[in-house]
Amino acid sequence: MKVPVWNPAVEFIEREALEALQLANLRKTVAWALKAPFYQRKLAEVGLTHPGDLTSLRDLRDLPYTTKDDLRAAYPDGLLAVTLEQALRLHTSSGTTGMPTVVYHSRQDLDCWTELVARCIIAAGATASDVFQNMTGYGMFTGGLGLHYGAERVGMLVIPASCGNTSRQLQLMRSFQTTVVHATPSYLLHLHAALASEGITRDQLALRKAFIGAEPHSEQTRRKIEDLFGIDAYNSYGLSEMNGPGVAFECVHKTGLHLWEDAYILEIIDPDTLRPLPEGQTGEMVMTTLQRRATPLLRYRTRDLSHWVSGNCPCGRTHRRLARIKGRSDDMLIIGGVNVFPSQIEDVLMKIPEVGTNYLIQLEKRGSLDRLIVKTEIYAKLVAGDLHALDDLRERIAESLRAAILIKPAVELHEPGSLPVSDGKAKRVVDLRPAF
Amino acid sequence: MAEQVSVFIGNKPGRLNAVTAILRDCAINIRAMTIADHRDYGVAKLLVSDPQAARLALADQGFAAALQPVLAVAIEDRPGSLHDLLEILSEHQINVLDAYGFVSQPHRWAVWCMEVADPVKAAGLVAARGLRVLNDNELYRM
Repeated sequence: MKVPVWNPAVEFIEREALEALQLANLRKTVAWALKAPFYQRKLAEVGLTHPGDLTSLRDLRDLPYTTKDDLRAAYPDGLLAVTLEQALRLHTSSGTTGMPTVVYHSRQDLDCWTELVARCIIAAGATASDVFQNMTGYGMFTGGLGLHYGAERVGMLVIPASCGNTSRQLQLMRSFQTTVVHATPSYLLHLHAALASEGITRDQLALRKAFIGAEPHSEQTRRKIEDLFGIDAYNSYGLSEMNGPGVAFECVHKTGLHLWEDAYILEIIDPDTLRPLPEGQTGEMVMTTLQRRATPLLRYRTRDLSHWVSGNCPCGRTHRRLARIKGRSDDMLIIGGVNVFPSQIEDVLMKIPEVGTNYLIQLEKRGSLDRLIVKTEIYAKLVAGDLHALDDLRERIAESLRAAILIKPAVELHEPGSLPVSDGKAKRVVDLRPAF
Repeated sequence: MAEQVSVFIGNKPGRLNAVTAILRDCAINIRAMTIADHRDYGVAKLLVSDPQAARLALADQGFAAALQPVLAVAIEDRPGSLHDLLEILSEHQINVLDAYGFVSQPHRWAVWCMEVADPVKAAGLVAARGLRVLNDNELYRM
């Protein structure tokens, strides 16, 4: 089988050459960083004033970490490393969890970003003859514009639908026989649940692939999306601090996400000790940009957790693969003293066929005890409306969760399509416990 | 054998009338109905003029709806008639899982509907004692 590839020279580069390229790009990045007030100060603290001081990739480990708080403190222009004249666009984070952060892009930066996204699209088996409907938000959210320009560069017919308006999304998909979509996994599940009420059947659509990202999701959720629509779904990883989408993407083999190592250096560290972890162990992803002039970031602590996948991918790309993102270290819930990741709960729920497409995790305090409530939608076609069967289902969900997370939750069953979904990132966890 | 439509309904304002709106739009008449409450949801059981059409219309709008056989027996609208019917079931150790009744013609006929483990067998036993077991059409025409 011929492997679809956008830029064979870079994607199949020998490891040795790739590492040499990384070192050269790292030196350039440090030179760019030294133009930003934030890094002038930060790098002076460790005695680095000249990029030539870096003699190997290992030297990166002597540089300080950059945190989200650093980005907030440097808002709005402490990290800007080019003149405003050279800057072409900026994206800020939503700022819903605190001060916003900002990333500036020069013309070359946007060109590099678009190139990375184009590689991803082709690696996932899409082509210039596909009709691509981009269902993620345009504007500050990087998912919309990021995929948009990548898809145009590939030469797809792009429908910039943006997010929301489910009824119109489905009409567009039917009218223009959309073959590839980009959306959050929760939105695709919501879209499927809406098919019936819009009077549209699966065979009226021409969908063959979906790029799913912007929120951590389980393998079970991917399979559910694939089964419901009868398509292939590919995991996309990105974060606004690293441009947005196009950081890592699954190729047609779906055995992990190829991280573009000519554009990023990834280290995986223990978030408590901050020490690098041996390859294969799960830890916090720390990333360094290698191609971005306007806002270079060195050793940025993403808070996302993952690990390297060992071995070579059958596609032949030499860029290593990341395992599915386990969630953010910030996402971890502590319930009655037990550590629980929302992704563990999702894993269990998506394995139960009668569970529908949406769920919500709610935490409450009852007296001094934590109470976990898991609200799930039911899958209409598999629930017969028999009260005993529903009681059994509720119990089966509660027991399966207890086996996985050691806490038995209260389980609520809800009608299909009745739990709240946002069109961007799904709100999966509601913590009503009073803060101390 | 008569059939009832059971529908999973979220326990919040506006959901029950979402069901009745669908039935109205399909010109389906409701003969009898019960709702069992289970905190966050309820299950409504409906006897309607066209159970198949009702189930399809509800499922089309995303509702979890199913058809279940129900043992519907015509009994006289007078003291003791329900007891006579239940005696027959009791004699044969037939357990009643859920039941509801309605009066169809005051002082003449009532209908008693039951979910039982083996409705076909139960129907045979009841009919053998001279009682009328109703199918969908008869139920609706009473």
